[in-house]
Amino acid sequence: MKREPAKFKVNGGIHPAYNKQLTAEKAIIEMPVPSLLRVSMLQHLGAPAKVEVAKGDTVSRGQLIGEHGGFISVRVHAPTSGTVKAIAEAPTATGGSAIAVDIEPDGEDRWVEDITPHPDWESLEGKKLISLVSDAGIAGMGGAGFPTHVKLSPPPGKVIDTLIINGAECEPYLTADHRLMVERAEDIWNGIRIIRKILGCATVRVAIEDNKPDAIAAMEAVMAEDTGDSAVVILKTEYPQGAEKQQIFAALGKEVPSGGLPMDVGALVENVGTTLAIFEAVVKGLPLTERVTTVTGFPVKAPGNILARLGTSYADLLAFCEGLQGKAAKVVSGGPMMGFAQHSLDATTTKTTSGLLFLRPDQVRTFSSMPCISCGRCVQACPMYLMPAELSQMIEAEDIEAAEELNVLDCIECGCCAFECPAHRPLVQHMKQAKAGIMAKRREEKAKQKS
Amino acid sequence: MILYTTLAIGGIGLICGSALALAARFLAVHEDPRVEELTAILPGVNCGGCGYAGCGDYAKAVVLDGIEITLCAPGGAETLANMAAFMGVEAESGEKQVAIVLCGGDSDQAPRQFQYNGVADCTAAHAVGGGDKKCRYGCLGYSSCARACPVGAIEITEKNLAVVHPELCISCGKCVRTCPRHLIKMVPESRHAHVMCSSKDKGPIVKKACKVGCIGCRICTKQVEDDAITMDGFLAIVNYDKPIESATVAPKCPGKCIVDTDPPPAPVEEEKVEAEV
Repeated sequence: MKREPAKFKVNGGIHPAYNKQLTAEKAIIEMPVPSLLRVSMLQHLGAPAKVEVAKGDTVSRGQLIGEHGGFISVRVHAPTSGTVKAIAEAPTATGGSAIAVDIEPDGEDRWVEDITPHPDWESLEGKKLISLVSDAGIAGMGGAGFPTHVKLSPPPGKVIDTLIINGAECEPYLTADHRLMVERAEDIWNGIRIIRKILGCATVRVAIEDNKPDAIAAMEAVMAEDTGDSAVVILKTEYPQGAEKQQIFAALGKEVPSGGLPMDVGALVENVGTTLAIFEAVVKGLPLTERVTTVTGFPVKAPGNILARLGTSYADLLAFCEGLQGKAAKVVSGGPMMGFAQHSLDATTTKTTSGLLFLRPDQVRTFSSMPCISCGRCVQACPMYLMPAELSQMIEAEDIEAAEELNVLDCIECGCCAFECPAHRPLVQHMKQAKAGIMAKRREEKAKQKS
Repeated sequence: MILYTTLAIGGIGLICGSALALAARFLAVHEDPRVEELTAILPGVNCGGCGYAGCGDYAKAVVLDGIEITLCAPGGAETLANMAAFMGVEAESGEKQVAIVLCGGDSDQAPRQFQYNGVADCTAAHAVGGGDKKCRYGCLGYSSCARACPVGAIEITEKNLAVVHPELCISCGKCVRTCPRHLIKMVPESRHAHVMCSSKDKGPIVKKACKVGCIGCRICTKQVEDDAITMDGFLAIVNYDKPIESATVAPKCPGKCIVDTDPPPAPVEEEKVEAEV
């Protein structure tokens, strides 16, 4: 059997209530195209895409509507055919705002004509494959949204020998990746083979947590025929094992250095959703225009894993899941640990919307934060070996230089510290504040040096 | 017995004293005496507004590196004249600039769209869903500017709005750099007509978010001559290098966002100022 146990246990970590039973057994259902799609030009990390259409234009599904806005940027395609109704700034789910293109669907849902499938992809060169990925507008679909074509082109001199496919899905509630592995294992495996060809690396590890036995079995079955070095790594369920650095440690036993990238230890991590998107882009020639989002939470009448077009509003997604039963006190875009709280359902789905979570009033508390009691639970929980208590006090005293010295930039914002804190201190928010402050300072210094 | 003790202690004192005397003579750091004198001329608030660590650091930069002498805003015309005389250069002093928060949307005028339960800091609040205020340009009122102000010139009113007291402002510009929404501007002290809004949204959006926002109607631009007020999209901007009759413009604004700050906001009570400093 092609499976191996995890090498190591991640430092710290937590075991929140997972509540995945709400949607884990529910097959992915495709949502009909809603009456309006608001497609953001910033669905990824980096520079926003440049709008390539004008108001009143007719577009087809898969037509390019946003071109690369820089080196670290991702293309955007029309998610259906229709008319461009407006191009205006709209709030994003992450709290900022970006230019968005409003498309009114014409109901025909017709694809653009120039789609070139590559069933013979095995004869193509790595460079050509990367350009296909880049053309299809693929960004990391696990949540961070880093441009995939950039990730797949490591700088010269860096050797990647191990590819890890991230199927951990350690965020509570979310089951989108889980269902993809169960239902589309074959296609994911072909996606893996494409990435393997691009990187030229032999070793493949598919990391899945042990709370998804059906996904493990499905992936194992499709990998059985492979003659290369590939295996499913079964991780002990723990949050935040889906985080890149933690996953590499758990699956390979290698530690990414502080401030470094996975490629520094010869590894590259791709999410299963991204892998599937790569398969669709290369073999079928289809750009990324839809994704699976888990719409879940106890107040939702019919929670499920929904395949929705990019740009579907959260209100439409909820309506498709038959609305709410009882009251919801909080709406989160993404999972409960790292997601973004929403104040309205106006935001629309992007390439990184892995979930839409509704929480009951009794699951939500407001509290005032109290002074640190130095219990050290945050230090124990931190998977990055940081001291959140110490850092938070420094940041409260507006001493971000000291926080920088204590490696606040290593924080992955997983939220384990805040989850554990008995004094309800806003630890993650403090870290985010300090990280933003340090980055702003660095940019300022860079600008000064230039001038 | 007492003699030995006295001799021993006295001897140690003598040795140490002569060591110090020698050190003072041979190891002394010769600092330019002008640095000290110039530091004395500077106001000594150590606000950092010039971009240096404090008044002493700035004086050193002026004397040794030939940095221009016009960077000290708190000192005003008097300090500049003294510095010019001391350094033997000429410098023209402009009018004193004071900070103003270009937002009038207090909690009565501009509603909040959700309950923010996090760090009481504007930068942190701004990063959560774009801030809890419905107006995405307006003052959040979590006192980041007030904490940055070295002289306590910024008050957060009971209705969660930051207000600068111009008579206390030393023009260091720290608040301007702190505000995550870029609401604070430096304006000439003598000017009293200001567009107290920074929202670039279209009129209908502004109206929903705030009762005293600029709706971009352009009426004010027609009341003044020589482009003293111009439009930046849907927002009226006062060009402070051109004169305006504040009494004629302010009453005409339908959004009530052009205000006449003459007389300026009531001065803070003396005790409070001391407590804040």
